[in-house]
Amino acid sequence: MKITFDVNGRRTEADDVWEGESLLYVLRERVGLPGSKNACEQGECGSCTIYLDGDPVCACLVAAGQVQGREVRTVEGLADGDTLDPVQQAFVDAGAVQCGFCTPGLLVQTHDLLERQAQPGDAEIREALSGNLCRCTGYEKIMDAVRLAAARKAEAASNRVPVRPERFTGS
Amino acid sequence: MEFLRPATWDEALAAKAEYPTAVPIAGGTDVMVELNFDRHRPVALIDLNRIPELHDWETGADGVVRLGASVPYARIIGHLSDRLPGLSLAARTVGSPQIRNRGSVGGNLGAASPAGDSHPALLASGCLVEAASADRGPRMIPIDEFFLGVKRNALEPDELILAVHIPSATGPQQFAKIGTRNAMVIAVCSFGMALHPEAGSVRTGIGSAAPTPRRAGAAEEFIAAELADTGMWASRGELAAATAKRFGELVAEAASPIDDVRGSAAYRRHALSVLARRTLTWTWDEYRAAGRAAA
Repeated sequence: MKITFDVNGRRTEADDVWEGESLLYVLRERVGLPGSKNACEQGECGSCTIYLDGDPVCACLVAAGQVQGREVRTVEGLADGDTLDPVQQAFVDAGAVQCGFCTPGLLVQTHDLLERQAQPGDAEIREALSGNLCRCTGYEKIMDAVRLAAARKAEAASNRVPVRPERFTGS
Repeated sequence: MEFLRPATWDEALAAKAEYPTAVPIAGGTDVMVELNFDRHRPVALIDLNRIPELHDWETGADGVVRLGASVPYARIIGHLSDRLPGLSLAARTVGSPQIRNRGSVGGNLGAASPAGDSHPALLASGCLVEAASADRGPRMIPIDEFFLGVKRNALEPDELILAVHIPSATGPQQFAKIGTRNAMVIAVCSFGMALHPEAGSVRTGIGSAAPTPRRAGAAEEFIAAELADTGMWASRGELAAATAKRFGELVAEAASPIDDVRGSAAYRRHALSVLARRTLTWTWDEYRAAGRAAA
């Protein structure tokens, strides 16, 4: 079957889609967006987290046919051209990336968290990221990155000097 | 395989009548796992995401919430925790935020897993499941008659779930679940309970400790009699520790758990007795506090 949907603001068509195919497969294999990662294929790991009509969901659990006419935003759609989203920049600066496989899902999920809750506490961050697994277990740096992104967004909002990452990375 | 996209409820029922073995898909959190791992190749998928009434809820004049089958858990938590506290507590334990943005009570009921997180709360609430078919129209299935066996429910092959009719809470409700962590856990066992002061009754739901979710009838009768005999609904007196303990024992006796990879039968029984004792104490303490606040 053929499906037409919006990905990162661009009308996109995918043809010869199998009826039981996941949105994740369509994104990675048919429309050239491999940023969303394919790991568990059962919604356990969060590596394929994308926005579907504004809600973060696991792309592996969305049937391709369900996105006909819908809006999808992937990790590739977070940056503004060459300028990384503050969440992405914070992950880079805090060193919150080891093998990097879980990173795209964490970026989208963190992006959503900070849209809904600009200054989350640690418990809220852990709750929001509870469906994103990092098998390198680099969770402390990930927590640092989320706090850093939140602080920078707050700074940007109040137009003060950017917060330096050293303040947040501990050691 | 076919992918059917009904735009209306009537079209969905017509599709299910034409393809009785077709699998309805809403949030996909169960269905897509089966497809991704090639465990199941249905003749067709029926996408329910385009049918507005499945995603809505409304509260009637009688206080009954008509919850559309596809309303995601995240919406229940965000909008209905005052009216449906037990179900909202259970919803908070479902999967992860991503799963709660897609998964819904209709899917939980359709899958009818003994471990479904919403089931104990639904049993404790005394809700009705509204199912319908193209040929016979709608019908109401009491939740007590809905679960028939492991992953088997009372739906006919041509039926779909439209909504669940859940009475608004008239007293405190609780839900507790055992797992290895707070998120992404299939329950080792779970327990839901609701005080119904207006009826002088207590309802329960046991999860993941029997072939189906089930109530603990003897425990419900015991505690209702205790509260009635001692005039406690009116006096809002302190619950005796021995009463709570006995309630827990009766709940454990109502289960028929198995040993499996998530836990042993003996552990499940013991854990249930503890969950039941705790949740009874929590709900009763909340009932007492509400009385003091009103005084």
